Amino acid sequence: MGKIICACGHENPEGTLLCEKCGQPLTEEGKKSKILNMRYDGIAIRSKTRNKSIVDKIWNFFSSVKVGVTLIIINLVAASIGTIFPQEFYVSVSTEEQKAAYYEETYGSLGKLYYELGLSNVYSSWWFQILVGMLAISIIVASIDRGLPLHRSLKNQRVKRHTSFMKRQRIVAEGPVTEGDPSKTLNLIEEKMKALKYKVRRDGNALLAERGRFARYGPYINHVGLIIFLFGVMLRLVPGFYVDESMWIREGETRAVPGMDGYFIENEDFILEMHDNEKTENQELQGVNVVAKNYQTDVKLYKQSEDAVPGQADNLELVEDYSIRVNHPLQHEGFSFYQMDFRLNELKTMKFELTKKETGESLGEVSIDLTNPQKEYVLNDQTKVELLGFYPDFSGFENGEPQTKTPDPNNPAFIFKMVTPEKPEGEVSFVAIQQTIEPNGDNTYKMEFQSVEMRDMSGLTVHKDSTIPILAIGGVIFMLGVAIGSYWNHRRVWVEQLEDGTIRLAAHTNKNWFSIKKDLNALSEFAHLPRYIDQGEEDKEADGEGKEKEGDSTL
Amino acid sequence: MDKKQKRSIFRGVILVVLLAAIVYTVYSTATKDKVEVLQVGDKAPDFELVDLYNGDLKHRLSDYEGKGVFLNFWGTWCKPCKKEMPAMSNQYAIYKEQGVEVLAVNIAQTEFEVKNFIESLDVHFPVAIDPTKSVMTAYNVDLLPATILINPEGKVEKIITGEMNEQQIASYMESIKPEQE
Repeated sequence: MGKIICACGHENPEGTLLCEKCGQPLTEEGKKSKILNMRYDGIAIRSKTRNKSIVDKIWNFFSSVKVGVTLIIINLVAASIGTIFPQEFYVSVSTEEQKAAYYEETYGSLGKLYYELGLSNVYSSWWFQILVGMLAISIIVASIDRGLPLHRSLKNQRVKRHTSFMKRQRIVAEGPVTEGDPSKTLNLIEEKMKALKYKVRRDGNALLAERGRFARYGPYINHVGLIIFLFGVMLRLVPGFYVDESMWIREGETRAVPGMDGYFIENEDFILEMHDNEKTENQELQGVNVVAKNYQTDVKLYKQSEDAVPGQADNLELVEDYSIRVNHPLQHEGFSFYQMDFRLNELKTMKFELTKKETGESLGEVSIDLTNPQKEYVLNDQTKVELLGFYPDFSGFENGEPQTKTPDPNNPAFIFKMVTPEKPEGEVSFVAIQQTIEPNGDNTYKMEFQSVEMRDMSGLTVHKDSTIPILAIGGVIFMLGVAIGSYWNHRRVWVEQLEDGTIRLAAHTNKNWFSIKKDLNALSEFAHLPRYIDQGEEDKEADGEGKEKEGDSTL
Repeated sequence: MDKKQKRSIFRGVILVVLLAAIVYTVYSTATKDKVEVLQVGDKAPDFELVDLYNGDLKHRLSDYEGKGVFLNFWGTWCKPCKKEMPAMSNQYAIYKEQGVEVLAVNIAQTEFEVKNFIESLDVHFPVAIDPTKSVMTAYNVDLLPATILINPEGKVEKIITGEMNEQQIASYMESIKPEQE
């Protein structure tokens, strides 16, 4: 690796723009320019110095700011495409076919294309994750590549700089002091700069006053925050860190909690309360009848004993008894149970009366608990009703056999065998809602529907996110970095007193030139310094515009 | 070691770590929906369910160690479940002697429905109801029918979702049959 030896004798690594020790420009370009480019303080950027092995090539690719910006743009475009139509996550259908149909029906052929291209699930697609990952690599690599040398260079700053460095700063001043004793000037400068909260270092006849160096670390700090944030998001995929499940639970049921091993939850009661006010004018206008006041599920949370295995439900230990309301989740060991949804009035019990068709005479009542139907319901010695079949969600016959569509009692159907003193061998009847079939001809008796008992169902969400603290820390660090980089600036003033007593001054800031000029005005007055000139302003007047932006904020 | 080499190693290590993080992320997302916890090769979670017909008989997976277990999840509303049952019954009759156990786990339906269904099909293998859906949750079953093949060492050999024909059932039972002494 070639070294660049500066006139001052310092050995600089290849690629250095400004000598690390004295600041003399080392490139032809730098020597010709009127104002030096102070970005990264002219250090050799690691990735630009070596490009040999495959590791270096990959490293250099990711350290490039151009690549980084391109990745940011690609990420933004991809992320925004995901917001054109709702993601699959928000579409409440379950099967793939239904999803495909949903997008086509709702959004037409564009929607179909969207679904087929996999854009309806962008954020969990492999290519999106690779893009985000590449951005993360770019952030990390570029920060290491630029941050570490910059840190080293700022730490090892020399007080005395080369004339050509000083003369090529944007703000310069040179000349004799305007009044007083030139031998005291440096002391005056030190005093004033200290009063302005600068850190002052002196080396012989040279002086360096510096303030707000930490502002240069802002971008790196915000990168660290961003990486912590991305790391937190990634942790969600590690089992145990993130649970987001939903469950339906009927009143009276006890169910295993998905995602929370060994825990069971029992729904004791679902409560829906309405405001019983008179309709307000607004409600009239909006066509709203009643307004809900409260959605609540009273639950019991149980834990299995330590040595129990799934399926055993006898040795449950009550952990918590709680009323879950909207925004008042049941919380236990990092898990939260939220009230999310409900379904009212699902059939629970159906009552029938065994009646003689002709006379309407009743032989007794049969109450069928749909959650636990019995084989037979005995009314007396000679009278009973046998249950031959129960189909909770009757959907029609197939080969003469009744079918059930789901396990839920949405449309219950029964096959009864009615044994009565009159018909001791029994009469068979198929009974569904609004439908009765008597397969063996006309029966004497019928099961007359009487009444139902209903129960409600609660939709709960089980949520756990152990990554929240990590995301919060990442977010705070990120904002801290942004604030440090935006609201503070790194100001430096170099002063050298030449042998004849004249003062040479140069000043630089990474942003906010106004404030450093203000400091310099105060300093010039206090220490009777020659007037400074802003070479950037001159340039601007000369070429119109343009230069300002570039030099306005350097990293 | 010179500076160059050190730097190359430093860069290489960082790139490898970051690459591993991306690969892990993509891989876990891709496999997340199918098998969140349970994967082929994992130890099958132990469970205990009460037999449908004999309240004193408890089917505990750990008691079947040394045997292959053909664990089938089903419901009476699921037509493919119904279709594959007679074939399961036939093959169980053959493989029972060779150390393969079948357990058909119904998803939280009523005893009446389950008994009625099993009797109408005239199939013969042990059946149990999972009333709290806890075994179903432990095995991450969300589509029926689902069959988990558990080998004699108690590890998950294969996870099958969807209907199986008799030939497949036979070959699956063959695959978890304990070796003859």
